[in-house]
Amino acid sequence: MLRWLPEDVSTYGHEIDSLFYLIYYITAATFVLVTVLMIWFLIKYREQPGRRAVYNHGNTTLEIIWTVIPAAILIVLSFMSVNTWAKIKRNIPASDFEIQVTAKQFNWDVVYPGADGKFGTPDDVKFDNDLHVPMNKVVRVHLMSSDVIHSFFIPNLRFKQDAVPGRTILTWFEAKKAGRYELPCAELCGFGHSGMKGWLNVYTPEDYQKWAAEKLAPKPQ
Amino acid sequence: MSESAAAHGAHGHHPKPSFISHYLFSLDHKMIGRQFLFVGLLMLMIGGILAMLVRWQLAWPESPVPGLGFISEPYIYPGPNGGGIIPPQTYNALFTMHATIMIFFVVMPIMVGTFGNFLIPLMIGAGDMAFPKLNMLSFWVGAISGIVMLSSFFVPGGPAAGGWTGYATLSAKTQYTGVEWGQHLWIIALMLNGVSSLMGAINYITTVVNMRAPGMGYFRMPLTVWSLFITAILLLLALPVLTAALAMLLFDRMAGTSFFLPEGGGEPLLWQHMFWFFGHPEVYILVLPAMGITSDLLSTFSRKPIFGYHAMAFSMIAIAFLSWIVWGHHMFISGMNPLLGTAFMMTTMVIAVPSAIKVFNWLGTLWGGSIRLTVPMLFALGFVSNFLIGGLSGIFMASTPVDIFIHDTYFIVAHFHYVVAGIIFALFAAVYYWFPKMFYRQMNQPLGKIHFVLTYIFFNGAFFPMHFLGVGGHMRRIYNPLQYEFITPMHDWNVFITWSALILGASQIFFLINFFWSLFAGKKAERNPWQANTLEWSAPTPPPHGNFEVTPTVYRGAYEYSSPEVQEDWLPQDKDLGSRAAAKAH
Repeated sequence: MLRWLPEDVSTYGHEIDSLFYLIYYITAATFVLVTVLMIWFLIKYREQPGRRAVYNHGNTTLEIIWTVIPAAILIVLSFMSVNTWAKIKRNIPASDFEIQVTAKQFNWDVVYPGADGKFGTPDDVKFDNDLHVPMNKVVRVHLMSSDVIHSFFIPNLRFKQDAVPGRTILTWFEAKKAGRYELPCAELCGFGHSGMKGWLNVYTPEDYQKWAAEKLAPKPQ
Repeated sequence: MSESAAAHGAHGHHPKPSFISHYLFSLDHKMIGRQFLFVGLLMLMIGGILAMLVRWQLAWPESPVPGLGFISEPYIYPGPNGGGIIPPQTYNALFTMHATIMIFFVVMPIMVGTFGNFLIPLMIGAGDMAFPKLNMLSFWVGAISGIVMLSSFFVPGGPAAGGWTGYATLSAKTQYTGVEWGQHLWIIALMLNGVSSLMGAINYITTVVNMRAPGMGYFRMPLTVWSLFITAILLLLALPVLTAALAMLLFDRMAGTSFFLPEGGGEPLLWQHMFWFFGHPEVYILVLPAMGITSDLLSTFSRKPIFGYHAMAFSMIAIAFLSWIVWGHHMFISGMNPLLGTAFMMTTMVIAVPSAIKVFNWLGTLWGGSIRLTVPMLFALGFVSNFLIGGLSGIFMASTPVDIFIHDTYFIVAHFHYVVAGIIFALFAAVYYWFPKMFYRQMNQPLGKIHFVLTYIFFNGAFFPMHFLGVGGHMRRIYNPLQYEFITPMHDWNVFITWSALILGASQIFFLINFFWSLFAGKKAERNPWQANTLEWSAPTPPPHGNFEVTPTVYRGAYEYSSPEVQEDWLPQDKDLGSRAAAKAH
C-alpha cells in the first residue's frame, strides 16, 4: 500500500514516513490477527448437531490484557509523534529566506520581499502560482488567505497547512532535491477548487542564483 | 420505576384507529419507528444516487452521465444521447448533499429514529415511549426538515455546495460559492433536524430511566438499549451546539453579522471548533447503536453470552465521555495552535482503547459459540470487519505528523466510509433481524445471503482502494483528478472504485425486492423466530398497542444463552424458572 507514497524530497518527510510505516505495520498485524481469529472461530464453532456453546460470561484477565496492550502501544505512538510534530509545526527554524503566499479563489499569490527584505514595499516581486526556492535552505512561508480557507499542500514535501482568512500563519519547509513539484489546494474552496494549483520549483544553489539574478533583481525605475 | 409501564399494560381496549391516526399521526412507538424506517430508506436511495454521480465524475471526468440530460443548464450541460455532463459547481453540491443526507437523513433516522423508537420500549418491557405526542412531533419535524433539505435542489443556484462540514467563510457568504437559498435551506433544515433529534433524545432518556419493567436493572439491559441510551445523552448535549453554530452562520449570511467573517472581527476557526464539538460526538451517535445491535446479534447467533458485558457497557460510556474531548483532531492543520494539536492527539489515541475492547469482546463472544450464520449474523459480522478497518485506519490520522500528509486526502474518505458507511451493515442486520417483529413476516434468507455477499465484496471494492489513493496524496472533494500530474498515474483505481460503487448500488435491488416482497408475501413469523432472550420476543406478534399481554417481570440479563439451568439453549429474560421448578416438584 505504501508504495503509492510520493517521493519525499523534504528534510523532515522521512520522519513522517517512518511513523506512517510503523503504524501501518502495527495496524496490519492487528488486522490480520483479528481477521484470522474471526474466520477460524466462524469455522471451528459453526453450529453442529449435539454440540452446545460454552456458557461463559467473559474473562477479567483477558479484558485487562486487551485493554493494557493497545493502551501501551497507543501511548508510545503518541510520544513518538510529539517530537516530529513539534519540529514541523511548533519550532519554526530561523532563516533569511522568507516568502509570503496569499491564497485566493483560485490562485496562489506569491510575494518575494525584494532587496530590502521587507514585505509590502515597492520592491516586492510577485508571482502567480509559482514558488522558486533553492534546495537545502529553510524556507519560511507567511501563509494568508484573502477570501475562504485554502490548504497549501505539497505532497512531495509532506507539507500541508491551511490558509485562514484573517490571520497570517508562519510555516516552513526545506527541500533536499531540485525539481518541479505540484502544489495543489487541499481544502474545498469553491467551484474552482479542483485545478487550483501551483508549482514549487526547487533549484540547486547555482541555478537559484541565476534565476534570482534574472527575476528578483530590482527593476529599473 | 415502572409504574407507568405496568399501568399501560393494563389498558386493554382501544378504539379502532382511523387510517390517518394509525399510519400518519400515530402515537404508537412502533408505527413511528416504521415511519422513520420508510423515510430513511427513501433518503438512502437518494443519497446513494448522488454518490453514484460523484463516482461517475471521478472515474470518467466530464463525460456525459447517461440519462442526466433532462436537467437544464447551468446545473447539467447537455451531452449526446440524452446524457448530461456534471459541471464543477454541481459536483460540489452532489458530494455536499450526499454526505448531509446520508448522515442526517439516513443513518440518524434509521439507527436512532427507527430502532430507538421500535426497540427501547419493547426491550425494556414498557408499553410505549414516555411522551408519545413528543415522539410523533419528533418524526414530523424530522420529516419537514427532510422536505426542506430536498427542496433546496429546486431553488435557483442549486443546493448547498460548501461540503457537509460547511466551513466558514466559504459557507458564510453567498459570493464564495454562488449558492444563496440552497445554503440557507441547508442551515434551516439542519436546525429543524436538530430539534427533531432533541425531542427524540429527551424521550429515549426519560423512557429508559423511568419505564423499565420490574426487575430490569440498568445492568440487565440489552446492549442495544445501553447504546441507544448513551446515544440519546450525546444527542441531547451535542445538537444544541450545532444548532447554535448554524444560527450564527445564518445570521452571518442573512443579517450581516460577522461571527465567522474576519473582515467584521469574526473568526473562521470558531465555526470549526463548534462544528466538530458537535461533529465528533455525532460520529459516535451514528456508530454506538450499530455497536449495541451488533453485540446483541453476535451473542444471539453464537448462542453464547456476550463476552464481558460490563466491559462492553463501560467501554461505550468511555467512548461517549471521550468523544467530547477529541474534536480538535479534525483541526490539526487548520491553523489552530499546534500545542493544542498535541493534546488532542493524546485524547484521540486514548479513545481507540475502548473501541479495541469492543472488537476483542466480539471475538470473545464468537469463541466457543455454536454459530448460526443467518443473514442478520452475516451483516453483523460484516459490521465488525468494517469497523475493524475503520478503527485501525483512524490511528494513522490520530498521529499528528502523519495527519499532515493524509489530512483532506482519500485516506480520510476511506476511513470515515469504513466507520460511517460501514454502519449500513448493522442497519441491514437490524432490519433482517427485527423484520418479523416489525412486519410480522420473515424476510427471505437465500436472497438475504446474496445481498450480503454482493454488498460485502463491492463495499470493500469501493472503499479499500481509497486508502491507496490517499497514500498517493489524492485530495478529497476535487472535481477532476486528471488535472493533477501526481494523481493521474493512479487513475485506474478511481475507475475500479467507481465500478465497485455502481455494482454496490445495483446490488441493493436484492434488498428492495426482498423487503417489499416479504412485507406482503413473506412467511408468517412466530413470536420468537430467532430463539432470542430479549423482551421484544416475549411480546406477541404483532405486538398490540401497549406491547405486552401482561407487564413482564425480568429475572436475569439478556445473554443467558446455553445456560446449564435449562435444556434449550436460550433463556428469556422474563422466564420464571422458580415457579416452574416449584411446579415440577409437586
